[in-house]
Amino acid sequence: MKFETISYLDLEGNLPSGFKHDISDETLIRAYKIMQLTRRIDERMITLQRQGVVNFVIGSRGEEGCSVASAMALKPDDLLYFQYREQGAILWRGMTPEEYSHHMLLNEKDPSKGRQMSNHYGSKKHASMTVSSTLATQIPQAAGAAYAMKIQKKDMVSLCYFAEGAASEGDFHAGLNFAAVYKCPVIFFCRNNHYAISTPRKFQYAGDGIAPRGVAYGMQTFRVDGNDIFAVYDITKKAREICMKGEGPVLIEAMTYRVGPHSTADDPTRYRKDEEVCDWDPKCPVLRLKLHLIKKGLWNDEKDKAFKDAMHQEVEAGIEVARNTPKPSLETMFQDVYADMPWNLQEQYEFLQALEKEKN
Amino acid sequence: MPVMNIIEAINNALHIAFETDDRVITFGEDVGFFGGVFRATVGLQEKYGVERCFDTPISELGIMGFAMGCAQMGLKPIPEIQFADYIFPGYDQIVNEIAKGRYRTGNQWGNGMVIRTPYGGGIHGGHYHSQSIEAQFLHTPGIKVVVPSDPYEAKGLLLSCIRADDPILFMEPKRIYRASKAEVPLEDYMIPLGKAKVAKTGEHLTLIGYGAQHHQNMTAAAEAEKMGISVEVLDLRTLNPLDIETITASVKKTGRCVVAHEAPITGGFGGELTALIQQRCFLHLEAPINRCCGFDTPYSNAHEKRYLPDSPRVLMSILETMKY
Repeated sequence: MKFETISYLDLEGNLPSGFKHDISDETLIRAYKIMQLTRRIDERMITLQRQGVVNFVIGSRGEEGCSVASAMALKPDDLLYFQYREQGAILWRGMTPEEYSHHMLLNEKDPSKGRQMSNHYGSKKHASMTVSSTLATQIPQAAGAAYAMKIQKKDMVSLCYFAEGAASEGDFHAGLNFAAVYKCPVIFFCRNNHYAISTPRKFQYAGDGIAPRGVAYGMQTFRVDGNDIFAVYDITKKAREICMKGEGPVLIEAMTYRVGPHSTADDPTRYRKDEEVCDWDPKCPVLRLKLHLIKKGLWNDEKDKAFKDAMHQEVEAGIEVARNTPKPSLETMFQDVYADMPWNLQEQYEFLQALEKEKN
Repeated sequence: MPVMNIIEAINNALHIAFETDDRVITFGEDVGFFGGVFRATVGLQEKYGVERCFDTPISELGIMGFAMGCAQMGLKPIPEIQFADYIFPGYDQIVNEIAKGRYRTGNQWGNGMVIRTPYGGGIHGGHYHSQSIEAQFLHTPGIKVVVPSDPYEAKGLLLSCIRADDPILFMEPKRIYRASKAEVPLEDYMIPLGKAKVAKTGEHLTLIGYGAQHHQNMTAAAEAEKMGISVEVLDLRTLNPLDIETITASVKKTGRCVVAHEAPITGGFGGELTALIQQRCFLHLEAPINRCCGFDTPYSNAHEKRYLPDSPRVLMSILETMKY
């Protein structure tokens, strides 16, 4: 069994003649802008990490097409479960550079109150479940959330991101199996990006990638070119329709490549060659969309420059505000462990307060 | 008032919860059509439909992760783990995810759920159907642990757990599922969490336990009474949050204390209780706090009776503490 990869947009930005899609020009331009914004924010955060302002960054360079185009195909209330390299999706949903920076700098305006490492974003306002570092745990959770949506009769799906390395965890198998058994409206979106930190795909699986597993669990499955936003959008939209007809879940395997390091704590030059990375330059999802927009007469260098100047300014302004926002209060360390604070946490909080007072 | 055993009381509580709150769902291995291997969920699927009470594939991590997603969407799941010994494939989902869900999301999402699981020895179940797993979860911030000791307690505590906003591990003493009988009101009632029960008042020594062990403790206390030793027996009910006030008041009064549980002694909850009590009651203590617990071995089927801290062994601990 060999899965074909669905791809529409070629490397020069052309779509096949006769190919039809329902994405408006405005939406296409916005997709391009959000992908560029994602890339810029990642770059700036990595620099800030080097400067000691941000403690940890997981860049998504080269994979912006997966996150942005999949979110684009959903309704704004559809619940997203992230792995951690999908900031494009939360930015597509309207999280501003300032809001994103509040999280990355773990200040008092971070919705998670600075409790996790940075790059563990989450925002109920954007129907985006907070990231946890544990790989694949989100997969059965997304299935359960989708089950709830189904029995609550909501016009809603959940979409769960993960990558090919996480698909080796037991949670992947349990999550897909539960979702298929109960026909949950969930889209499992696998970014097959070639690497799990340093481990290449050949040490994750011996078969034809992740897609055949979807078939084995009894769900409709697609493999797409993850760097082609038209393919990602089209198939995610179709997957949503399948879910809403009660025929879900759906597995999508998006073939892509992690151009950057795993994280700011990683040095990929120790385990892969630059030439391999360069091979992916012409396949860049942002570049391909840009070429397409230019060919359609929707974009040009002048517009690009003006957009980038303004966008960079917005990003810098957001970072500046975040840098000047205080850290979360000491109390937040003890809050939200339970719905109400029990006596032992109350005692420990008071102890720490007294200690702090002594120090000052 | 009808007399029920623990299984019947739990089943009755679940029926009330399903009737009074349509967000409540339950699922697990053999939970749906069959009504659970211990029959705790009998009649729920028939009455409330397969969407709210259903069988799952055999995957404890799947059950736990699935429950978390349901809870995040506003349902109130009551997942069942068929035996506490089998909870460990779901341990990561419980410890890293369910227990941390509210904290990690900055209170944007809660994970209110009740994980029901039968625990403990005394049924000739060998190592994999006999363990007491509470310590593994008491060391986990974010999840509460409740252990009922009889049918009346089981119903009232379970209804409180279902109506609380936190994830709660509800450990059911399976050895006395049917042996323990009590009058249980048919109507809806709740026993507050975090409140221990003074099951018997006494003057000379405080005996602390929970779940099935509580009955061994009561028997030992009755035996001690015959020897002129007046034992105050506490049934903790809720291990987290702990009712430290009731414990402290009792030990300050008696000056002596024995803590008993089935789980292995080292790293067990008895150690934590002992530390808390000595810190708060040191000047009132007449003797070291004694622990009467399971041994630090895996659970031996052949020597089950010797493994368990039964009432004669508890009585020995009482006498030892009195003699000090």
